[in-house]
Amino acid sequence: MRAGSALLSPEVKEQAVDQNKEEIRTEAMDKDRIDQIIGKHHGEPSSLIQILLEIQAENHWLPKEALEQVSERLQVPMTRIQHIATFYKAFSLVPKGRHQIHVCVGTACHVRGASRVLDTVEGFTGIKPGETDLDLKFSLETVNCLGCCALGPVMEIDGKTHGKMGSAQTADVLKNYD
Amino acid sequence: MSEILLKIDGKEVKAKEGMTVLEAARIAGISIPTLCHHQKLEPYGACRLCIVELDVRGWTKLVVSCLYPVAMDLVVTTRSEKINRIRKTILELLLAHAPDAFELQDLAKEYGADRDRFEKEASFCIHCGLCVRYCAEVKKKYAVGFVNRGANREISFIPEVASKECWNCKECFQLCPTEALQAAYVLTEALTSPPPSFGREAKKYSSSRK
Amino acid sequence: MSRINSPAELEAFKRNLLSERDPNKTCITLCSGSACHASGSREVAASIQEEIQKQGLSAEVELRRTGCHGFCERGPIIVIRPEDICYFQIKPDDVPEIISETIKEKKIIERLLYTDPETKEKIVHESEIPFYKNQGRLVFGSNVEIDPKSIDDYLALGGYSALAKALSQMTPEQVLEEITKSNLRGRGGGGFPTGRKWAESRNAPGDIKYVIVNADEGDPGAYMDRSLLEGNPHSVFEGLIIGAYAIGSHQGYIYVRQEYPLAVENVNIAIQQAEEYGLLGKNILGSGFDFTIEVHQGAGAFVCGESSALMTALEGKAGEPRPKYIHTAVKGVWDRPSVLNNVETWANVPLIINKGADWFTQYGTEKSKGTKIFSLVGKIANTGLVEVPMGVTLRDIIHKIGGGIPGGKKFKAVQTGGPSGGCLPEELLDLEVGFDELTKAGSMMGSGGMIIMDEDTCMVDVARYFLNFLTDESCGKCVPCREGIRQMLKTLTHITQGKGKDGDIELLEQLAEVAGEASLCALGRSAPNPFLSTLKYFRDEYEAHIKEKRCPALSCKELISYYIDAEKCQACTICGRKCPSDAIKGDKNLIHIVDQEKCTKCGTCFEVCPSRYQAVKKISGEPVPPPIPEEARTIVRKKKEK
Repeated sequence: MRAGSALLSPEVKEQAVDQNKEEIRTEAMDKDRIDQIIGKHHGEPSSLIQILLEIQAENHWLPKEALEQVSERLQVPMTRIQHIATFYKAFSLVPKGRHQIHVCVGTACHVRGASRVLDTVEGFTGIKPGETDLDLKFSLETVNCLGCCALGPVMEIDGKTHGKMGSAQTADVLKNYD
Repeated sequence: MSEILLKIDGKEVKAKEGMTVLEAARIAGISIPTLCHHQKLEPYGACRLCIVELDVRGWTKLVVSCLYPVAMDLVVTTRSEKINRIRKTILELLLAHAPDAFELQDLAKEYGADRDRFEKEASFCIHCGLCVRYCAEVKKKYAVGFVNRGANREISFIPEVASKECWNCKECFQLCPTEALQAAYVLTEALTSPPPSFGREAKKYSSSRK
Repeated sequence: MSRINSPAELEAFKRNLLSERDPNKTCITLCSGSACHASGSREVAASIQEEIQKQGLSAEVELRRTGCHGFCERGPIIVIRPEDICYFQIKPDDVPEIISETIKEKKIIERLLYTDPETKEKIVHESEIPFYKNQGRLVFGSNVEIDPKSIDDYLALGGYSALAKALSQMTPEQVLEEITKSNLRGRGGGGFPTGRKWAESRNAPGDIKYVIVNADEGDPGAYMDRSLLEGNPHSVFEGLIIGAYAIGSHQGYIYVRQEYPLAVENVNIAIQQAEEYGLLGKNILGSGFDFTIEVHQGAGAFVCGESSALMTALEGKAGEPRPKYIHTAVKGVWDRPSVLNNVETWANVPLIINKGADWFTQYGTEKSKGTKIFSLVGKIANTGLVEVPMGVTLRDIIHKIGGGIPGGKKFKAVQTGGPSGGCLPEELLDLEVGFDELTKAGSMMGSGGMIIMDEDTCMVDVARYFLNFLTDESCGKCVPCREGIRQMLKTLTHITQGKGKDGDIELLEQLAEVAGEASLCALGRSAPNPFLSTLKYFRDEYEAHIKEKRCPALSCKELISYYIDAEKCQACTICGRKCPSDAIKGDKNLIHIVDQEKCTKCGTCFEVCPSRYQAVKKISGEPVPPPIPEEARTIVRKKKEK
């Protein structure tokens, strides 16, 4: 299973950024791998979302070529795929950064001051939720409950949970990532 | 198909099984305002202007007549203080997007809707879905669809399909209640955008657009 | 793993398991739910395994990594069986001592025990701790005994015996009757009678019918379904198969939100194991009944928790709800009869079949039978998952089980029902928890999220918060929700920013009517609830924001100011150094002042000022006291006595 070429390694991203800041070139996902994923779901149109989720999980984003391939194999109009890719938060039509920051803004965390944490993250990284910075370093998303309410306010970076965040600690934690 | 008797605004109406309340009302000559309804298309139930009150065992229920199936002894009211109030606000919400749309202006006059009640919005699409549904159900070309969700929902043409199909067609333009402004604008945008390179694609689809 | 081919074989298998398991063997159960994972339970598990090996106890001591125990505030948690010794907030460094002292020497380590905050008494046994003692954990209790990655643990507790009973001793109609008699109501939010829904599907025309587990749990702050699905997936499967048998379905779906990777993982493992044992697939337990389960992941849309939207998503489309004038129980997925129930609802089914509807109806109130699992979160001492019989008062949940409000703060409101629910004030704390009771008070049961708010929570901001959430999650199809809720959000945001004006409340009420009456689905129809309930019980806060530009809770950023009390400042310089906007002027012996022009109201200074000084103050609705002149700011320190 050739997964290697599909993933955007930090090295590839660094190269792309260095060469041309304006036009960041990124590799499209391996066509065979996409066919494999589609085959696993028997090419069923009802599995469209599951297929896209797998591509998103491996590739960290959905390149247009991948969507076109899925549209053709599943015989599903591009409008439906486009709607799905933009309707659901799990999908990204642009490459993501090296570090995924998830700030929990669930009610329990909100009541404990999550909005201040989010403000600090936005100030530090320069991006808003849903965005990735131009160096492809950080991607920021808000999430609506990580289920760790006892540790609220919670911020998750690259899957690691940081609990009981305040404005001061948030800045300190972010400084550690490069 | 069996016959169904119902009452609309006090009037006895004979309808057939499988009809909607809107269809039955039209047979009886009772007018109910609609925006997203079109006889060639499946009922959509998005604009909510066609809401009516049903009397069900003493309870009043609000439903959209374009989708609600007729049933024996149904008691329907198409206009009331509450219904009028709700229709007025719906129109005002839409006028914030498309204050110059003729259809909206006519309805606004009837319901006393104030076009300046809400701050003007940037997009003049009112999401009736007529263009999208027509292209899908009648033309079966799927050249235009919806993207994003909630307040960020917009219509979007697929450039590859549109460049092949739309110039010969444009049938959706005359369906657009905002006087084809929205349909034409978005089509032009899709066809004149430079070929997708990452940078611009990113700007277009970034979910940060609020 | 060999196939179990009949109810008799199932019983024999269980007896065999029990005979192999020594009840007196020391077993360390470690909570490994997602919340404890975040608190480091994986590291603790590794440490325990390492230590057990190191001390040569691999034959005598077992480690069982279970699902969520519920007392999330105090995780990671271990319970040592058979003595039932309960230790909290375990770190990997504590493990060697636990093994040497408690496991080997049978000595209790005091500092790891639960301390009663009132009596200061240390409690050893799990069952005596008030948090657990005051609950009624019919559904959730088994989590502590089960490693979700091992079907044998579930079978050892008598798992799948309800299914065996249903398939071999009851007809589908009898199963349906039992569920109807139990008065089980949906635990996902609607509270619809489960038996009635099943009957509708059973009687609907069509050969192909579906049963669906709604594990989309989108309400922020609610994670009961997650813990059930992660910790005891088989209990949900068992209920699902029984339901399928009752209505005549052979295909089940579990729709899990993709934000729950551990749940997805454990569900997939459980399905595989159940299939190996013949508890899923063809001819289950030799009954001739076939049933398979397919797992679908959500993709990040709250609206997909709504049943018709979920079904649309199962069809591979964008999750836009459909009108339910014809119930989805009759026309659901692919227009076929589909029974959709919440995770917790399904988990109740095996209990009802095994112990009978009469047993079930002894719990709860007249119209709300059984128990409900709540996620008790927010400004509460004992954050966690609690299960209580319906009819317990809010006060008991919050104080007896929840341990009250931490930090000496005053209770203000409890929010139930998620974004569809409402806030209830102190006067209503004696309300008995139940579907209709909560709805009548202006809130609703919802999926079970219970968020506690204290005096520092701004209720106008709470309404704004929920509307912001719903504006983002709305599918956007219908006008009342897409446009109406957005306008409500705009107005509420202005109010929290001090831009509110007369007439705003009336405008909000009108928009609430449009959304509440004319929206396509329940998301839109219930969206006004947080606003309406906070307006009903906390109108004074709205009026303060609008008329006085004041936030009584001192929370809304644009309406508060920070300043430093000259009498209290001891020039420790911490705030000046931590201020991200360089807005604090001061020095080692100079009383600090906040430059109001530069201050971004981040609140860092307020957080870091040492509690013994409490020099940083927050005010709202009035100007900051003018700073004392520079000459007067020098602090003269008393010389230390030699």
